[in-house]
Amino acid sequence: MVEQNNAGRRAALKSLAALSCLAGPWAWPLAQSQFRVEISGVAATQVPITILKLRDEDKSPQSVSAIVRADLERSGLFKLVDAGAVAFDESARPNPADWRGRGVDALTAGSVARLADGRFDVRYRLWDMVKGSELAAQAVAVPREDLRLAAHRIADEIYQKLTGERGVFSTRIAYVSKSAGRYTLWVADADGEAAQVAVAGPEPIISPAWSPDGRSLAYVSFEARKAMVYVQEIASGKRRVVAGFRGSNSAPAWSPDGSQLIVTLTRDGLSQLYAMDRQGENLRRLTTSSAIDTEAAWSADGKSIFFISDRGGGPQIYRMPAAGGAPERVTFAGDHNISPSLSPDGRWMAYVSRQAGAFRVALMDLGTGAVTYLTDTADDESPSFSPNSRLIIYATRSGGRDVLMTTTLDGSIKARLGAPQVDVREPVWGPYGR
Amino acid sequence: MAGELSGAAEPKMTMEWTMKLGQKPVRRWALRAGGAALLVWLSACSTTRLDAPAPVEDRRPGSSAAAAASAASGSAGLKGDSAQGVSETRVAPVDLGAQGSAGSSAADAQARAQRVVYFDFDSFSVKEEYRGVVEANARYLNADRKRRMLVEGHTDDRGGREYNLALGQKRAESVVRAMMLLGPKEVQLEAVSYGEERPAVAGNGEAAWAKNRRAELKDNP
Repeated sequence: MVEQNNAGRRAALKSLAALSCLAGPWAWPLAQSQFRVEISGVAATQVPITILKLRDEDKSPQSVSAIVRADLERSGLFKLVDAGAVAFDESARPNPADWRGRGVDALTAGSVARLADGRFDVRYRLWDMVKGSELAAQAVAVPREDLRLAAHRIADEIYQKLTGERGVFSTRIAYVSKSAGRYTLWVADADGEAAQVAVAGPEPIISPAWSPDGRSLAYVSFEARKAMVYVQEIASGKRRVVAGFRGSNSAPAWSPDGSQLIVTLTRDGLSQLYAMDRQGENLRRLTTSSAIDTEAAWSADGKSIFFISDRGGGPQIYRMPAAGGAPERVTFAGDHNISPSLSPDGRWMAYVSRQAGAFRVALMDLGTGAVTYLTDTADDESPSFSPNSRLIIYATRSGGRDVLMTTTLDGSIKARLGAPQVDVREPVWGPYGR
Repeated sequence: MAGELSGAAEPKMTMEWTMKLGQKPVRRWALRAGGAALLVWLSACSTTRLDAPAPVEDRRPGSSAAAAASAASGSAGLKGDSAQGVSETRVAPVDLGAQGSAGSSAADAQARAQRVVYFDFDSFSVKEEYRGVVEANARYLNADRKRRMLVEGHTDDRGGREYNLALGQKRAESVVRAMMLLGPKEVQLEAVSYGEERPAVAGNGEAAWAKNRRAELKDNP
């Protein structure tokens, strides 16, 4: 979906975003710090943009423009320019020369109106001040509980129009928190806000996995005094056990078409991979080693299965054909490589590599095999790609707490998410669409 | 062997016994332990069972311990019945493990109360110092085939959660295998893992990590 009038800027942005960071990481709290987002690093060039407050948005439960500003700022590709006392809505005709004079390349204005049926009518326009043209105009009526989502969709649209890439602001994440002996699996917006409880209890929950249609979560719960795999419909809370075999059942991984799950079972004595349909039927064994085989992850095209195995000594990542066949080893740097996550565009694998005792997020270019290390922290776990393959969410330890972070693929822009007072771990990024 | 044991022996139990004998070589002490268990079962089959905290060591018919067990079960008049029900060709098995500590049931009870086996870093083998724990709990299961135990494996918190879940499972399986060598049946034991999710001791450093690399033995009612 390349748009001719912005091709040049988008190309520049893409290449700049891929460059390594400049003057070292630094952090500052957002102006609208209610979201507690902290960003370190910055892209070499950012699009200066003004997001005006939407007319009457203060009369609605959410500040739509604040959510849009936070989303764009977290991407690191935009510089938010404050407009001071200026205020108008989507029906205005702003003067491009005025705004270029302020150093602003793009501008958004809009309005929020409450409808008679209780829904909210959200309207906005996006202008390119360099070309003096309108890039986007939208009006949408949403129920109150979808106002946040409407704001994220506006941010996605702005992001796409100005970078050429699909935004992920309206996607969701799932993660686990542990607090006062209680474990909770949360579903939240991709900015870590508006978290809702999916399941909670006194026994551990690990390894959540989104179904490809975004409607279900598979996870491992110890509520039955051992590890078993459950699949839960997010909207209804209905859940069922799909793997409760003898021993431990864990590491669920959905096939890209959502029809199958791979799980790790110990029913035959050692941790091995098994495939089943999403109802938990038609079990078939995939690996037959005398080692630990676990943490399966499908390639985006559904043709390969990546997993970890310690058949060679320490755990390493292997790949085997989904249709069956001998696994081949994929990781060779370091003696301990785990937790593979494959990018949806098929180009990358993120994983965790132990280097000099520190567990760090690593990124492998699947075409060349080249590996880069994305973090300087020592307790990273659970990397997961965004659906546009541009960001990786992971958990790490910072300031004595388990926290969630996102990073760009070159490691230059990192953002911290989530409530800082609760130990959070096991993040997994949901798909497009809700 | 079928049909030799008269009285209240369940046919199913006897047949299973015979099948096992026919199919593969069975260790003598396992036979003895099983036979002893059978006799104990017979002696207690009318009303009450042996209570858990007082394991009976020597179950040969006519031994003081077996007599004491019969009396403890409250089945009056059965003292001599087990002897009368035994055929003239049957050899009563002796469990060397049980006999060895027949004179120290207190030590055995204490070992049975110890339900944790600790492991060295990156290791799954049961160290010699925990043999007593394994044996005492194996005897407990041998005493009553309806008893079940869960063995939970744990790791320290270094590394990935799923890999640690698998490592903990290996530790649990190792203890289960060690116990099954001493007689308990597969159905009486299940190995599970908590990985790094249920540390015994919080904190970093080898002192804490060593206390978390463990397998815990639990009753599974």
